Amino acid sequence: MSTTLATVSYLGAIILFILSLGGLSNPETSRRGNLYGIIGMTIAVLATVFGPQVTAAGYGWIVGSLAVGAAIGLYAARTVKMTQMPELVALMHSLVGLAAVLVGYANYIDPAAAGQFSGAEKTIHEIEIYIGILIGAVTFSGSIIAFGKLSGKITGKPVLLPARHWINLVGLVVVIWFGGVFIHTHSAAEGMTPLVVMTVIALLFGIHMVMAIGGADMPVVVSMLNSYSGWAAAATGFMLSNDLLIVTGALVGSSGAILSYIMCKAMNRHFIAVIAGGFGTEGGAPAATAGAQPAGEVSPISAPDTAELLHEAKNVIIVPGYGMAVAQAQHTVYEITRLLREKGVNVRFGIHPVAGRMPGHMNVLLAEAKVPYDIVQEMDELNDDFPQTDVAMVIGANDIVNPAAQDDPTSPIAGMPVLEVWKAKTSIVMKRSMASGYAGVDNPLFYKENNRMLFGDAKKMLDEVLAALKG
Amino acid sequence: MPLTIGVPKELAAGEKRVATVPEVVEKLIKLGFAVEVEAGAGEAANCDDDAYRAAGAKVVGSASELWSSSDVVFKVRAPTADEVPLVREGSTLISFIWPAQNPDLMQQLAARKATVLAIDSLPRMLSRAQKMDALTSMAGIVGYRAVIEAANAFGRFFAGQVTAAGKVPPAKVFIAGAGVAGLAAIGTAVGLGAIVRANDTRAEVADQVKSMGGEFVKVDYEEEGSGGGGYAKVMSEGFQAAQREMYAKQAREVDIIITTALIPGKPAPRLITAEMVRSMKPGSVIVDLAAEQGGNCELTEPGQAVVRHGVTIIGYTDLPSRLAKQSSTLYATNLLRLTEELCKTKDGNIDVNMDDEAIRGLTVIRNGEITWPPPAPKIAAAPPAAAAAKPPAPAAKSHGHGAAGQPASAGSTAITFAVAAALFWFIGAYAPPAFLGHFTVFVLACFVGYMVIWNVTPALHTPLMSVTNAISSIIAIGALVQIAPPVAEGVQRPEAWIIGLGVVSVALVAINMFGGFAVTQRMLQMFRK
Repeated sequence: MSTTLATVSYLGAIILFILSLGGLSNPETSRRGNLYGIIGMTIAVLATVFGPQVTAAGYGWIVGSLAVGAAIGLYAARTVKMTQMPELVALMHSLVGLAAVLVGYANYIDPAAAGQFSGAEKTIHEIEIYIGILIGAVTFSGSIIAFGKLSGKITGKPVLLPARHWINLVGLVVVIWFGGVFIHTHSAAEGMTPLVVMTVIALLFGIHMVMAIGGADMPVVVSMLNSYSGWAAAATGFMLSNDLLIVTGALVGSSGAILSYIMCKAMNRHFIAVIAGGFGTEGGAPAATAGAQPAGEVSPISAPDTAELLHEAKNVIIVPGYGMAVAQAQHTVYEITRLLREKGVNVRFGIHPVAGRMPGHMNVLLAEAKVPYDIVQEMDELNDDFPQTDVAMVIGANDIVNPAAQDDPTSPIAGMPVLEVWKAKTSIVMKRSMASGYAGVDNPLFYKENNRMLFGDAKKMLDEVLAALKG
Repeated sequence: MPLTIGVPKELAAGEKRVATVPEVVEKLIKLGFAVEVEAGAGEAANCDDDAYRAAGAKVVGSASELWSSSDVVFKVRAPTADEVPLVREGSTLISFIWPAQNPDLMQQLAARKATVLAIDSLPRMLSRAQKMDALTSMAGIVGYRAVIEAANAFGRFFAGQVTAAGKVPPAKVFIAGAGVAGLAAIGTAVGLGAIVRANDTRAEVADQVKSMGGEFVKVDYEEEGSGGGGYAKVMSEGFQAAQREMYAKQAREVDIIITTALIPGKPAPRLITAEMVRSMKPGSVIVDLAAEQGGNCELTEPGQAVVRHGVTIIGYTDLPSRLAKQSSTLYATNLLRLTEELCKTKDGNIDVNMDDEAIRGLTVIRNGEITWPPPAPKIAAAPPAAAAAKPPAPAAKSHGHGAAGQPASAGSTAITFAVAAALFWFIGAYAPPAFLGHFTVFVLACFVGYMVIWNVTPALHTPLMSVTNAISSIIAIGALVQIAPPVAEGVQRPEAWIIGLGVVSVALVAINMFGGFAVTQRMLQMFRK
């Protein structure tokens, strides 16, 4: 295949990738979007393998490594549970990061790749390698930690070192200083030391950064790492002078950045504040305990009484949260929804943008349980409807329904948009205990007069409600 | 200087409502306004002058005094011929106006050089505007009261009962037109225990009728009757024939008919003929809520209750006034919400912001200049049939996070531009041409990504992440080109290292590539209607 033919194939792949992302704008076209992505990727890989930059000597290696990776990937995709999606996505980000690091090293030690440059071009090429490996390493270690936090292998609480901002700053200075050393070296062996030092610092930085972020901020972190994996690909593209990599990396990078922005906006917080980490530990906790300890009685309710309330309601809004994912209760929720809808109850789902542990997490779980997507609505679409709602049922969510966000300016979540479930005639909160949410903030909702608490495991309680509804 | 809100007594005969109530006066004062009320303005709505005084309002003896000292006047009915000359130049009037029906009044008000907000011209399709929608709150009252009037004139129970004195069948109620008033009537009648049926030419309201506890009666003819803006349109001849047949059948069966059918700007459709009235059981009741626009029933006499062929036909046009306290409270709250929109700074001054779609629609005269009708709304007026949960359906979706460019403050925009300019200058000054080519592509691709991603629906954010993740496997290309490139003679490569690194990278990325696409496919399969 000639160079021009390969370039044209790359162009085709780029267009297909753009169409692929565009296709996700609504559920009807989304499957086609994914197909475009697959075709684009196939074209890109084939054009490269049969293009001018790969000789026949490499075919065996390439086919072998692709086959091994494909087998693992397809197996993982088939067996993963929908509730584990955030972990899987985080883990996959780490693979892209690690690959970026390895490609960077391979490129650096390859004299055939570096030999063609001299002067300013050589400097730029080396900066590109340096930055590519840096981003890749941060993505890799950050994603691994995010995976650990999401799967519960590492504590979800923010882990804060003393003077952590200073540690980061010192790390940055060292990285820049070694960057200067690196571009003034003359041989690959000489440059290896600064490169390895930088990689280690970048890995530590990734770990440190994500460790300091609490579980509730995970949607932002996951989408941010998504963005990083894109930037890593773009940096590799610069390094290899490959436009396909640059464009695709930029697409992925800006997509992740926008998602992070949307998530931050949904929590009414600054991106910087989320990345700096430590939510609900400094300032927030004292304010919550000293100022806004809501007093009053909570009224518990039993599962049969909940069923009774649901049975008599005309309008029901269900607000799911991470607790539903943990308890794997989405199928029971669907059964209840189906039963109520058959009885003519208008049931809808209210999804807060940051419910769950990654953007759109709840939508995926409800879709898995076959809940029709047109009754699953965004916060903005139904927040005004709560006053006309008879029962608002909160399943394993806490901070996203906390009225303190609106009423209490000292609350750490003040100003965050929340679902106004307390405006419904009755709200029912399903919860294991009275413990506070990830943000560590007490929830005045529980003490409201029209609120009832249904204590227990969400799945078990919902099964009882379902049984009572059927009976 | 805070403005003064004035509330005069309504002059129209039989009008018992008042434009604000003491509870709302307190909130208006909190917004920074001074409030004046004409003596006796709220008497008919059970709000006496002392209650207004207690809430912090000043009670003024005469109408002329009140109009001259007020900057903003709240009224219910459009100003009468006596009131128009009282409108002060530069003041603001908020009331029902009906600009389409009252062109003369519009001219006279414009001549007074005032600003007029017609609460009836509110763009009802904006979900944000629902809290100010006085037509909806009044229609709800009308629907409720219609059932009460019918029950009053009807000689039997609504609910069926089995008593020692014999079995009582439940009353059957038929409601024509399931708008806000119709739905309120359904709810009230169901609450009293009647069997309720309803019909509307707009097929999408069937679910709403059911949700209120009513039974939806279909016309045996296929035609979609949504005329945009949540109103009905005029139907074809064939449909009307089928509809007449259905109404005739209902008239023979039911005890009470409540008609609410209105088409904007047209006389009310004649649904119930004299023949149908004759076929009804003696003692039956018809409540015609369209009496003011000519009536849905041929025998309706506007403003009166008459008995024809043994059927009581109620054509009252003052139903909101018959519930004066309730309708005044709701109307006052609607105006309070509007005031909050006008006075976002809460300093007692109003800003008629013509860029705000809701306020633009309301403003029919601005400083003496007629601004009615407003330009066509930016959003499509016809909501998808399935999504129309209520007549004022949620349509303004772009307020969530659909807008591509979030307006930033001028200062931060300037800083961003300055930084970008400096960066570009630096790159332009030092970078070689080859790099610039790639850089151009990179920047443009960032923008393309930005544009494309804003369109992604939030429900698909997880699939979006997994697909972008799969696409970022494109980094495989970087590894592929390193495994076995064509090498010039004489160049020594550390082959083993490079191939080792390359193969490991390709394998890692392949996990991501195949796994990412497969899991996305699996997720997307699940999204179904």
